[in-house]
Amino acid sequence: MAPPVAVSIRDFTRRFGDTTVLRNLNLEIGQGEFVALLGRSGSGKTTLLRTLAGLDPADREQVVSPSARAIVFQDARLLPWKKVWRNVAIGLPGRDTRARAEAALTEVELSHHLDVWPATLSGGEAQRVALARALVREPALLLLDEPFAAVDALTRLRMHELVLALWRRHAPAVLLVTHDVDEAITLADRVLVLDQGRIAAEERIALPRPREADPQFQAIRSRLLAHLGVTAPGAKETPPAEGALVAFPTGEIVT
Amino acid sequence: MSVLAAEPRSIRLSAPKWRLRTGRWLSPALLLVLWELGSRTGVIPTRVLAAPSVVAQTLWSMIVSGELASNLAVSLARAAAGLAIGLVVGVALALVAGLSRRGETGVDPLMQLGRTLPSLALTPLFIVWFGIGETPKITLIAVATVFPIYLNLFAGIRGVDAKLIEAARSFGLSGWQLIVHAILPGALPSFLVGLRYALGVAVLVLVVAEQINASAGLGYLINNARDFMRTDVIVVCLLVYATLGLSADLIVRALEARALAWRTSFLKS
Ligand SMILES: Nc1ncnc2c1ncn2[C@@H]1O[C@H](COP(=O)(O)OP(=O)(O)OP(=O)(O)O)[C@@H](O)[C@H]1O
Ligand SMILES: [Mg+2]
Repeated sequence: MAPPVAVSIRDFTRRFGDTTVLRNLNLEIGQGEFVALLGRSGSGKTTLLRTLAGLDPADREQVVSPSARAIVFQDARLLPWKKVWRNVAIGLPGRDTRARAEAALTEVELSHHLDVWPATLSGGEAQRVALARALVREPALLLLDEPFAAVDALTRLRMHELVLALWRRHAPAVLLVTHDVDEAITLADRVLVLDQGRIAAEERIALPRPREADPQFQAIRSRLLAHLGVTAPGAKETPPAEGALVAFPTGEIVT
Repeated sequence: MSVLAAEPRSIRLSAPKWRLRTGRWLSPALLLVLWELGSRTGVIPTRVLAAPSVVAQTLWSMIVSGELASNLAVSLARAAAGLAIGLVVGVALALVAGLSRRGETGVDPLMQLGRTLPSLALTPLFIVWFGIGETPKITLIAVATVFPIYLNLFAGIRGVDAKLIEAARSFGLSGWQLIVHAILPGALPSFLVGLRYALGVAVLVLVVAEQINASAGLGYLINNARDFMRTDVIVVCLLVYATLGLSADLIVRALEARALAWRTSFLKS
């Protein structure tokens, strides 16, 4: 029996004027599944995410996604005139919203910033607030649009751990849009490549986490990069094996 | 009055720092001394301009007799009434035009037309319509203040970052909640710019409107003083008008500091 699905997209097409961005796209995401979406700039990743978030119009027949869903935008999009905890609590139904916001902010290690203005936060902190704002809704589907693109490398690694921990604890289905192949492989159960308006490639990642040191990591990485049109698999900061010579496309020899 | 709507940050009039050490007080003080000397030696006749010491005495006696306070109260009441009407109407129109396309189509062209008219030019018409009582004075102030309020709030509402609105919407805000939590706070900086203009305009129009046959108020004092060539009283009234303008500015500043505490420019200080 197939596992229950959180998201189901059938034959979905999205046009802007004359350009077709998504073409007869099919996609299913299982409950609690972590899916990463790769694709060239302009390939329609954000468009797909926005469709699932209900921000863009879509036919209910073709696009099924849970009503409990939350999105984290690339730019944190906090309301600057609301204190941090109020940003997290925004639109929350019911009582004790402050307590719930506080709990969510504690989870992203920001319990000491409840009452500050968003303008005083660092980029990484703002992004964590945005994450807390999404989590506090206990979404069945968490949509992340390049949430770590604007933070520094070190913060990004910590955010990866944070997202994985939160995902394990709350078990939402996750769709993570990213440009970073390594990030996709590190985090996701399944990596998709969007090209020409459809899912052009799919890679299931069955490696146990943490994965960076796994020998298969590089093979998966090369395959995904090839789908993205990058032909030199070693070109990006690949740690070479001990003592091996790696030939870069430029002809440079690096030990 | 042609640039009523402005970028919120660009027109922060920086108050000169009156620190004693900088010596900025020196030239005004010198002017005052020369003025006093001129008056005493008869170079400046009293019917041209009263001496500063005389002005000070007159000011004091007008304060003590309560003459100043009672007339100031009348003037303030006029300005407040006109401003209140202008504020309510301006805000209402800006909300209608800002929050709906149909509202914009209906309201905005009229307001854009209306703002090209110098409000003071309406004075004769208002006198014909409303006579010479309080109504034309208050109406003039109301009409003059509607425009800066409307134009800035409308621009502010339309200028709210669409991405923030979208985010707020995606987190479940809609209808009035969206307006109250996302749109209006975003438009607040522009609104306060409009309010600052409106207060300035209100004082300006007050001065002119009070020349219309008033029987009380600062304008009445000035008119009377003119007839008796009391330049000391005229100067006192000018000082009061200046103080009004300054207080109006301080009030908006204080409002901004409170209401816009979230802005980085305020956070830094
Ligand atoms: N509202 C819109 N109106 C017109 N065209 C749009 C609109 N939104 C997106 N597009 C077009 O759709 C295409 C896909 O855009 P989208 O933002 O989904 O790309 P993306 O994969 O997220 O790119 P990136 O990685 O750079 O964020 C682009 O060519 C873009 O110009
Ligand atoms: Mg995008």
